[in-house]
Amino acid sequence: MTTKTYAGTSVDVDAEGFLTNADQWTPEVALGIAKELGLQLTDLHWKVIEYVRADTKAQGQSPGPRRITVGAGVSMKDLYTLFPKGPGKLVARVAGVPKPKSCL
Amino acid sequence: MSQRKLAVICSKGSLDMAYPGLIMANAARMAGVDAMLFFTFWGLDIVNKKKVEHLHMSPLGNPSVPIPAMVAGLPGMEALATKMMKADMDKLDIPHVSEMLDILYQSGAELYGCQLAMDMFKLQRDDLVPQVADVITAMDFIDKTEGAQIIFI
Repeated sequence: MTTKTYAGTSVDVDAEGFLTNADQWTPEVALGIAKELGLQLTDLHWKVIEYVRADTKAQGQSPGPRRITVGAGVSMKDLYTLFPKGPGKLVARVAGVPKPKSCL
Repeated sequence: MSQRKLAVICSKGSLDMAYPGLIMANAARMAGVDAMLFFTFWGLDIVNKKKVEHLHMSPLGNPSVPIPAMVAGLPGMEALATKMMKADMDKLDIPHVSEMLDILYQSGAELYGCQLAMDMFKLQRDDLVPQVADVITAMDFIDKTEGAQIIFI
């Protein structure tokens, strides 16, 4: 288990940088992770992040892009514009949830 | 580190051979890897407007299908196998091929038709789904995918 510090908050992360305890996540931590990934978070990013956190809590597993587009009401194209280096992993990184197991 | 690229060559037009390439290319895009797909020979059926919704899966000559070959060859068995596979995929909420093509297109994957196969099957650009960016030669595809990892299906 590795620990990383974002915005003064210490969080536990796995080898790929995903938070292992979603409860340690705060919006400030998200900003810190986003900065590390070179992302400037907009309102639309937050809408996606909030949906992913809520859905993960409800389902017990983090959603893949297809589920996110339907649930958060953004197009696949938008999702790739928001997270150009790969929404499959990066949304979960910023939202502080595990790497999705979904292939879609 | 240079940008990773994946090149997927789809040469088969059956339902069970269409998905692996589309899923792999989609996984690449999800992980931030560039993806380019080349549809050639029977693989053109996957992006053929008239055929994309009617791809079949054949139980004949497929050792993974637990039906004796003599039975698998009977009329109607292919339709039955296709129906069963589609029902199983619907249960898992796996998108239909046409939706997979749209997901790939929106994700920024590049889809190309093979010029030689187009000529062979007497197809025009208009016969292909709109998500196909262009019809190019095999050599063009090799040029475009310089440095890419290649999957041939």
